[in-house]
Amino acid sequence: MECVFGMVGKDFALVVADTSAVNSILVHKSNEDKIMVLDNHKLMGASGEAGDRAQFTEYVQKNVSLYQFRNGIPLTTKAAANFIRGELATALRKNPYQVNIILAGYEKETGPSLYFIDYIATLHKVDKAAFGYGSYFALSMMDRHYHPDMTVEEAVKLADQCIDEIRSRLVVAPQNFVIKIVDKDGAREHSWRRTTKE
Amino acid sequence: MKLDFSGLESSAPLYGGSNDLLFDGFSAAPAFDLPVTSNFDEYQKKSVQMVKPAKGTTTLAFIFKDGVMVAADSRASMGGYISSQSVKKIIEINPYMLGTMAGGAADCQFWHRNLGIKCRLHELANKRRISVTGASKLLANILYSYRGMGLSVGTMIAGWDEKGPGLYYVDSEGGRLKGTKFSVGSGSPYAYGVLDSGYRYDMTVDEAAELARRSIYHATFRDGASGGVASVYHVGPNGWTKLSGDDVGELHYSYYPVEPATVEQEMTEAVVA
Repeated sequence: MECVFGMVGKDFALVVADTSAVNSILVHKSNEDKIMVLDNHKLMGASGEAGDRAQFTEYVQKNVSLYQFRNGIPLTTKAAANFIRGELATALRKNPYQVNIILAGYEKETGPSLYFIDYIATLHKVDKAAFGYGSYFALSMMDRHYHPDMTVEEAVKLADQCIDEIRSRLVVAPQNFVIKIVDKDGAREHSWRRTTKE
Repeated sequence: MKLDFSGLESSAPLYGGSNDLLFDGFSAAPAFDLPVTSNFDEYQKKSVQMVKPAKGTTTLAFIFKDGVMVAADSRASMGGYISSQSVKKIIEINPYMLGTMAGGAADCQFWHRNLGIKCRLHELANKRRISVTGASKLLANILYSYRGMGLSVGTMIAGWDEKGPGLYYVDSEGGRLKGTKFSVGSGSPYAYGVLDSGYRYDMTVDEAAELARRSIYHATFRDGASGGVASVYHVGPNGWTKLSGDDVGELHYSYYPVEPATVEQEMTEAVVA
């Protein structure tokens, strides 16, 4: 029931994720941040098996930092995406990580980019992507209303439409969502969409 | 279908020698019949599920303004058999940190003890106490490395460190969650209902203890795998203290006392002529 989706705008990329941590029928918490800030200009939204999600994303984050320390310059989004895919692929035939990842990044030279990375190490560079049961609703919404070079307001409006559709049509819809954005000014939290007080 | 274990056979015969009178099955290669099912994968999955311990228990913990309140029941069950009514499910890792037990008793006890050792080693190496964040991360990483090997641990690490009260949920799937309110076990949905409706951040210690006790009681009332004694512990700035341990049967009658029934017709001795 975890939903993560993202899209690329004019000079920014947006990632939206639900914030529920669930164990069978119980919701343990509804403010779990699943979009990790990898470095100044990269966001990684992840969904999947509880332990794998937290451990693998932290492993990626620390390795991205290590590269920057060792080499003095940050990884490009493309390089980070390929690193993540390589790690997933190596582990796939032995001890697979059950995590689906949407990587969003911004570079001055190439602008914003979005990468779809599957749990079986599929890698695609895309304009819009979604994972989870919510993807059934978000993907068609985005296919219909997305156009290249959207402004932040248009993109957030589209994200809100997707969230509303998930809330009204998914049988066990997550209660809260978080929206994060990455652009020339960095990667940061944009806003929350809550139905619960917590 | 018989599996072939001839590779494991030892050179010495297992029984007697050539004893033709008795059944000669012992000296044959050990083998067993695999069950004849249409779907062997499904059968395998079901048999693994059958032996998987279902975490029959109720434990809860929450943070409030005066620290962390931790409570648990004390029943151990093996399927439909109650094997013990007096299990200690709140484990004292060190004087300022508690762990709760749900899942396999041996797994929880062993790994909490192991965590206590690691925390002490951290104190000796770094000349300061380990934080609740650090302790829970140590445990979560250990459990993650044993993922898929059958450990069953659903625990909460509650403590008071330099940053104030801390509460983490850690389980054997590798998950680790920071939070202010958790309940773990088969009785946890029942406990969550009472806990969520009665919770306020600014409760006194007594009010919080009563909320914890009541939540455990209601879970033991409805869940067959929970029962025994409701233990309540409080973790404050100076460490933990045990507040109470009440038998849930007695709690029932103190919450819902039996009204003496009004007597409609009283029987009297028949008059003997």
